[in-house]
Amino acid sequence: MDIQDIIKPENKVYSSPRLLNDSTMHYCPGCSHGVVHKLVAEVIDEMGLEHNAIGIAPVGCAVFAYKYIDVDWIEAAHGRAPALATAAKRLNPDRLVFTYQGDGDFAAIGTAESIHAANRGENIAIIFINNGIYGMTGGQMAPTTLEGMKTATTPYGRNVELNGYPLDITKLLAQLDGTCYVTRQSVHKPAAVRQAKKAIRRAFENSVNRRGCSVVEILGTCSSGWKMTPHQSNLWMEEHMKEKYPVGDLKNIEE
Amino acid sequence: MPKPKGAVIIDTERCKGCDLCVVACPTDCLELQKKEVNNRGYRFAHVIAPENCIGCASCALVCPDACIEVFKVMI
Repeated sequence: MDIQDIIKPENKVYSSPRLLNDSTMHYCPGCSHGVVHKLVAEVIDEMGLEHNAIGIAPVGCAVFAYKYIDVDWIEAAHGRAPALATAAKRLNPDRLVFTYQGDGDFAAIGTAESIHAANRGENIAIIFINNGIYGMTGGQMAPTTLEGMKTATTPYGRNVELNGYPLDITKLLAQLDGTCYVTRQSVHKPAAVRQAKKAIRRAFENSVNRRGCSVVEILGTCSSGWKMTPHQSNLWMEEHMKEKYPVGDLKNIEE
Repeated sequence: MPKPKGAVIIDTERCKGCDLCVVACPTDCLELQKKEVNNRGYRFAHVIAPENCIGCASCALVCPDACIEVFKVMI
């Protein structure tokens, strides 16, 4: 069979999500943010919430998220996305309100906002990309950096006596009464991408149906910050990150 | 038993040559260009063995820049 006979609109099984626009993403090659952007765009499209979704963009690598996904966005001050999402959701209770944050935004400068928004049980979905490093500013140590992990500011590896222990904020949030769905996923393999998509969909449904705060942590890679190729980063992530941050549902009140 | 047959179209100008699709492909259809680069200077991915493609969309799922379209038929 000729290739041209296969390439027909009726045979299409996968294409770029409709809500992802044509502007080229500024992310480094192989960055996990791109995959998660695709999933967010696909889920919003599948749920038919194109005109009823409000995203809160963070500060960090994903600061330009509003340039890539065609829904309404608000750009928050550093770490303040859950606070802004609280206001957006309380004023528009029927809409999907989600934040898209990295670990520097969510688990470092925005820790107070994150914990209190989750504890208040705000009906928002939080997508939290954890790559264990401050990617945008040049690969410095983040609270989520693993023990012994080399970064620009810990060239001999993170020393727990000096720098403290890695912060597992998702586990912390799972203990709060306000959260309804807390999960950790990754996007390094096709099967993992499908799982992550289901998790994002469930979180978005929880936001629309006002069931409480949902947190979807996605283990990301930072090939530039980790000084590896994208494929090596995925292998490294699977080997080391999953030890400290095991993948799976931490809390789901529906089950 | 019908067998799946697939084809992919790669938006080479959007591709950043991260190699993730090449690793994800179960039938080794894809490869990065060895010498040729796109307008932004990346060695983009291209199809080297179109006859092996089964249209599983693994490459497209892991592509961070959404540059791959996948088509599939059962023959």
